[in-house]
Amino acid sequence: MQKIRFRIKRFNPAKDRRPHFEDFTVEAEPETPVLDCLHEIKWHQDGTLAFRRSCGHAICGSCAMTINGQNRLACQTLVKNVGKNIIVEPLRSFPLEKDLIVNLDRFYERFYSIMPYFVNNSPPPDTERIQWPEDQELIDEAASCILCASCTSSCPSFWADDDYIGPSALLKAYRFIFDTRDQAQKERLALINTSKGPWKCHTIFNCNEACPKDIDITNAIARLKLKLNDL
Amino acid sequence: MAKLHTYDVLIIGAGLAGTRAAIELADTCSVAVLTKVFPTRSHSTTAQGGIAAALGNMEPDSPEEHMFDTVKGSDYLGDQNQIEILCNNAIPTVYELEHIGVPFSRTPEGRIAQRPFGGHSHPRACYAADRTGHVILHSLFEQSVRAKVNYYSEFFVTELLLNGGTVCGAVAADMKTGELHIFHCTAIMIATGGGGRIYRITSNAHVGTGDGYAMAFNAGIPLQDMEFAQFHPTGLYPLGILITEGVRGEGGILINSEGEPFMERYAPDMKDLAPRDIISRAIYDEIAAGRGINGKEYVYLRIHHIGREAILKKLPEIYKFCMTYVGVDCTKDPIPVMPTGHYMMGGVPTDTMGRVIADENNTPVPGLYAAGEAACESVHGANRLGCNSLVDTVVFGRRTGKDMREYLAEAQRPALPAGPEKKTEALIKKLLSKTDGIRISELREKMQGTMMENCGAYREEKRMQKAYDEVRELAADYDKIALDDKTQQFNTELQEALELKNMLDFAAAVAYSAMQRKESRGAHSRVDFTERDDANFLKHTLLFKTDKEPHTAWRDVVITRYQPKERKY
Ligand SMILES: Cc1cc2nc3c(=O)[nH]c(=O)nc-3n(C[C@H](O)[C@H](O)[C@H](O)COP(=O)(O)OP(=O)(O)OC[C@H]3O[C@@H](n4cnc5c(N)ncnc54)[C@H](O)[C@@H]3O)c2cc1C
Ligand code: SF4
Ligand code: FES
Repeated sequence: MQKIRFRIKRFNPAKDRRPHFEDFTVEAEPETPVLDCLHEIKWHQDGTLAFRRSCGHAICGSCAMTINGQNRLACQTLVKNVGKNIIVEPLRSFPLEKDLIVNLDRFYERFYSIMPYFVNNSPPPDTERIQWPEDQELIDEAASCILCASCTSSCPSFWADDDYIGPSALLKAYRFIFDTRDQAQKERLALINTSKGPWKCHTIFNCNEACPKDIDITNAIARLKLKLNDL
Repeated sequence: MAKLHTYDVLIIGAGLAGTRAAIELADTCSVAVLTKVFPTRSHSTTAQGGIAAALGNMEPDSPEEHMFDTVKGSDYLGDQNQIEILCNNAIPTVYELEHIGVPFSRTPEGRIAQRPFGGHSHPRACYAADRTGHVILHSLFEQSVRAKVNYYSEFFVTELLLNGGTVCGAVAADMKTGELHIFHCTAIMIATGGGGRIYRITSNAHVGTGDGYAMAFNAGIPLQDMEFAQFHPTGLYPLGILITEGVRGEGGILINSEGEPFMERYAPDMKDLAPRDIISRAIYDEIAAGRGINGKEYVYLRIHHIGREAILKKLPEIYKFCMTYVGVDCTKDPIPVMPTGHYMMGGVPTDTMGRVIADENNTPVPGLYAAGEAACESVHGANRLGCNSLVDTVVFGRRTGKDMREYLAEAQRPALPAGPEKKTEALIKKLLSKTDGIRISELREKMQGTMMENCGAYREEKRMQKAYDEVRELAADYDKIALDDKTQQFNTELQEALELKNMLDFAAAVAYSAMQRKESRGAHSRVDFTERDDANFLKHTLLFKTDKEPHTAWRDVVITRYQPKERKY
C-alpha cells in the first residue's frame, strides 16, 4: 500500500459558482484502478463526490474522465499507470453537471443524427444472412465502441465547433456504412456529407490516443472520406 | 409537487429484456422506458461469452437437446414448459438478432460462429468475439432509436404503485435534478436485472443492486427461488471481474497448485465444461484441500496452448483485462481465477407470457410483467447454464411485449392512489435531513461480507441464520445513515442509499429462502443436507413479505418430458 494524492476538480451546482480543486489522499496498491480510489474517497471520506460508473471493467463506457491530462476510463486506469499524484477532471468540451459528471446530450444528439441503426428492408432468409468473416471483420472493431465520449471530447475540431459530428458518431456511421448487410449506405453518406462531417477531421489522431478500446477511429474517418469521394 | 406522466406501458430497465419489449410495443402504444443508467450502460453490455441457440452451425444440434441440457443443468428445478419455449424460440430469436444487424463472429462459410459452453452438449454459444452482450445491447438499443422509443435515462425508480392489486404506476427520481416523477400507466414491466452486488466478490456491475426484487417484494409480490445465487467459477483474482466461460469453451483448462487439471476428478465427462455450480465447488474444494496457488484462494486457468492468434481473435477483451488488471499475458501465462458472485436464478415469478404471478396457484397480478434476470420464469431452476441468460432476456422480453399489447386492448388504467409519491418523498427527506450518523459503506460492506461468508456457495443452517440475522440488524440500522450530500442534482450518494435499502431487503430474502430449502440442489449446496431431496423439495420457493418473518409457500415444478435423474457430468 502506498499513499496516493488525488487532486479532483469539484463543482456542485447547488453551491459553487465555478469549479475548484480539492485534495484527497488514498491508500492504494499500484494495481488499484483509479475508479476504486474514487470509490474509496466517496465511500469513506466524502460522500458528495459525484461520478458515473457501472461495469467496473471498461465495457459500459460510463466512467470516462480526464486523468493527468488524458481522457481515460477510471476503471481501466491503474494507479501505477499514472503515478502517485493524480489529477482528475471531468471530460472537457461538454457542459459540466457536477464534479466529474458532464452533460452528454450533445454527444448523444450527434450519435442520433447519423441514423445509428441497421437497415435492411428486404425480407430476411429463414436463417441468418450470410456474411463472410472478412466482411464481419470490417466492422468488428468499430462495433466495439462503448460510447464513452473520450474521443469526441479530445478532438480539437469538436472543441472549435460542437456541431461537428465528431469521431464517435462518425465511427458509428462507419460501422453501418461498411456493414455488407446494411442497405442505407446512401442515406447515411448523405447525412454525413456536410461541412460538419468527416471533412472536419484534420487527422490529429487525438481520438485514437484517447480511445480506451484502441479503435483506429482516424482510419475509419479516412475511409469515410474516400467513400464520399467516390460518390 | 411531483411531475405526472401518463403512458400505456412503463418498462423499468433498458437492458436486453426491457429494450426488446419496448421495440415490440413502440408502434402500437405509448411506452416509456425508465433506466438508472443510459441504456447502453446497462449490465447486459458486460456479457462476454455468447447467446445459446441450437443453430447447429458447427455440428448437428436440436432444441430438444438444448432443452434436456437446460433441464439437467437446472438440477430439474426449471419449469419444463418454460424451458421448451426458451429452446424452441432461441433459434428464431438469434436469427432475428442477426437480421437487425448484430455483428456475430462468422464461420468460414459465413454463418454465425458457435463455441462450446458449460453444460451444453454441443457448441451452442453464438458469439461476437468476447463482447456478445455488448453488440446485442447496442443493436437492440439502436433499433429502439429507430422505433422512437421514449427513454427516461438516469431516472431511478423507487416504488411500484398498485390499486387494489392492479398495477397503476411507479414513482421515480430524476437523478439530474432530484425531482420526483409519477408515471401513471396501465401495465408495467420489471426488467431491472440482477443483484450480484449483495456479495463482496462479484462480476456484477455496481448498478447490479436488485432494485426490481425489492420493488416487487415491497409491493406484496412474492419472490421465487431466491436461494439460488450462482457463483461463476472464473472471476479474475483478486478483483472478481468475469473471465468468460468462453475461455474454457475455446479449450481453457483449470489447474491447481500441483499443476493438475483437477476437473477430470470432479466431472470425468465434461471436465472444464461442466456446469458452473459444480466447477465453483470444485475450486473451493481444491482451495480447502490446500491446493490453491501459493496457498491462496485461487487456481489457474490455462489458455495459452490454443495459440496467441486464436486468443487475440476470439478473446480480445479477456486478453486485455488480464494485461490491464493483473499484468498477466494470457497468451503465455495462466490466469489467476476464483469463484465470483454472478447471477440470480431467482426473482419475480412469471408465467409463459411474462405475467407476474401472485401465488402458488399462478394467479396473475393484473398489468404487472417481468423478464430478464429480474424475473424467474423459471428456465434456469437451481443453476443457469452459460449463455442461457441472454437468450432468456430476448425470448421472454419479446413475449412480454406481445402479451402487454394484448392486455392493453382490454384493460382500463386504474386510478392512482392518493399522494402516490409521499412514501418516497418521506424516505428521501429523512435521508437528506440527518446530520450525524453512519456511512452507507459501513452497512453495505457488512452486508456483502456476511452474505459472502455465510450464504455463498457452501451453506449450513446456522451460518445462513447468521447471515439473515445480520442483514436484518443492518436493515434496522438503516435509519442511522447520514449522507454527506444533501443537495438535489446528481446526488449519487442518495442513489447509493436507495440501492442499499433494496439490497438489504432482498439479501434477507435470499438468506431466508435458503434456510427453507433443506437439501442440496444446483447452486444451493448445504453441508448439513448434502443430497437432493426430490420427495420434499422438487418445488419452487415463494417468499412473501409480512410484518414479521417472511411467509413461505411452495409452487409445483412443471415437469413435462424429463423425469428427475441423478445429475452427473
Ligand atoms: C460479467 C457478466 C457476463 C455475462 N455473460 C453472459 C453471457 O455470455 N451469456 C449469457 O447468456 N449471460 C451472461 N451474463 C448474464 C446476463 O448478462 C444478464 O443476466 C442479462 O444481461 C440481464 O439482462 P436484463 O435485461 O435482465 O438486465 P440488465 O441488463 O441488468 O439491465 C437492467 C436495467 O434496469 C435498469 N434499472 C435497474 N434498477 C433500476 C431502478 N431502480 N430504476 C430504473 N432503472 C433501473 C438499469 O438501468 C438497466 O437498464 C453475464 C453476466 C455478467 C455479470
Ligand atoms: S470510439 Fe473509443 S473513445 Fe470514442 S466513444 Fe467509442 S470507445 Fe470511446
Ligand atoms: S465503469 Fe464501465 S467503463 Fe468504467
